[in-house]
Amino acid sequence: MQIYLPIADLPVNIFLVLGMGLAVGFISGMFGIGGGFLMTPLLIFIGISPAVAVASVSSHIAASSFTGAITYWRKRALDTALAMMLLSAGIVGTACGVWLFTVLRSLDQLDLMIGLSYVTLLTAVGVTMIYESVQAELRTRKGMPATLRRPGSHTWLHGLPFKLRFKRSKIYVSAIPVWAIGFIIGFVGAIMGIGGGFLLVPMLIYFLRVPTATVIGTSMVLTLITMASATVMHAATNHLVDAVLALILMVGGVIGAQFGARTGARMRGERLRLLLGLLVFAVGLRFAYELVVQPDDLFSLRHVGSG
Amino acid sequence: MRRRALILAIVLLTGGAWPAAAERLVVSLSNHRVSVTSSFTGEDLVLFGTIEPDQPRTALRPPYNLVITVTGPPETMRTRRKERVLGIWVNMDSREFVRVPSYLSVLSNRPVGEIAAPEVLRRLQIGLDNFLLPQRIGPDIADTVRDDPFRVAFLQLETQHGLYRQSSTAVTYLTPTVFRAAIPLPANVPTGNYAIDVKLFADGALVARTNTALEVIKAGFEQYVADAARDHGLLYGLLTALMALLTGWFASVVFRKD
Repeated sequence: MQIYLPIADLPVNIFLVLGMGLAVGFISGMFGIGGGFLMTPLLIFIGISPAVAVASVSSHIAASSFTGAITYWRKRALDTALAMMLLSAGIVGTACGVWLFTVLRSLDQLDLMIGLSYVTLLTAVGVTMIYESVQAELRTRKGMPATLRRPGSHTWLHGLPFKLRFKRSKIYVSAIPVWAIGFIIGFVGAIMGIGGGFLLVPMLIYFLRVPTATVIGTSMVLTLITMASATVMHAATNHLVDAVLALILMVGGVIGAQFGARTGARMRGERLRLLLGLLVFAVGLRFAYELVVQPDDLFSLRHVGSG
Repeated sequence: MRRRALILAIVLLTGGAWPAAAERLVVSLSNHRVSVTSSFTGEDLVLFGTIEPDQPRTALRPPYNLVITVTGPPETMRTRRKERVLGIWVNMDSREFVRVPSYLSVLSNRPVGEIAAPEVLRRLQIGLDNFLLPQRIGPDIADTVRDDPFRVAFLQLETQHGLYRQSSTAVTYLTPTVFRAAIPLPANVPTGNYAIDVKLFADGALVARTNTALEVIKAGFEQYVADAARDHGLLYGLLTALMALLTGWFASVVFRKD
């Protein structure tokens, strides 16, 4: 069944989009991520312009992270104080990202920027995750306990001023790295149409030593608010959010996520991280391939204005 | 409208004036208003027409040739060319096509090259190759030679999207003086006012010409959403975000395990 998308201005098969929502939702539920880094490329692949894809996916991620956030809220597994701190910087980052998005679009370089960001970020994160999970796997084989949190081990980050205490996460860190992380996530999310969960979770664990108990819930709250505000900002400045597309994606996404979460619960942490790492890396390679290989058509068209 | 009148005036002044008319065209369109709704996947409009003697007892002189040019609302497009920079493909050069038709169909009963001499085709802008596509070149706006790479790429891309087309079989004769033409509107047809220009040729000369119009509108929900997104961006964004929250909340209620 074809349905006409009013902003993307093209008809799509409603079941195809719903199926994509389900599939990405499944993966996002399994790994506890938003799945924007998969959804945006898929939408581009079916012919939706990168700009509309990035803008619309933000609302889809807002929906799926809200579902997740509610679940973690019920389990009291989120650190509201830390989330608010990250958020204050996240919103600024999002606003800067939306602004850069608008500028790049007018310069015809938005698609390139989206492609380059995907390549850099995904291959780097993918390789790190694969490396880290293989190491962990090897350590468990040798019978050594795999610990991510090493209490008492301090890095230079802990020497920075403006220290704050976050009670629920039981950490005492400087506000500067918290702000920096929040800003990066907001900024990258607005440009790439990703929630940034797959970036934020490792950053919180490695840099701030946030315990695993609160990290995913906190990340979901941050993702929720940055993506909801990205939706509003993209709609207000670029008029590119397709609500019909977003709704279909959301419905598929939240359903898929439930089944994904059940599958994920049955798998070991290292195995999950390895799989996610491979997936992230593969998507990164796909974007790299597109940038390097000569396109079928060197020319492309862009609508500049009516009249 | 003024522009069309201007073109008409130019055509008249530059000797495009057709001879003392002996023929008259009467055309009728199957539908003057096309609504793009959520289930719209394209539509074929049918134009019927007859060739009649202008005055009674004037002899008709078949065979006639017909060229129907359908133009959509004007828009400005940018054609970009990728070049390899440091190993990756980047949009480098670009040209702006100013106020060109968002939709352009040239329909005829035989290849336009066989209908009239090249200079006649050029003067009357018949066929995609002869249609005026002004580009912004520095401070000037002008059409280029027809094998300009940006012009060629522009036509090719628009044709790929189904928005530009040239067909030499779209017009068929039911009798030597009664014809029908199929005007294909693809699913991504732009909304707005369309002009249909029907030209009749005999012996390589323009002998009659008539115009009609059609309107493509977004209807119902689509129109509402598109208008809201454009005119009330902030409110639209807030509502979309709210919709996301509701969907997320709803899912957590439905799938609650405890």
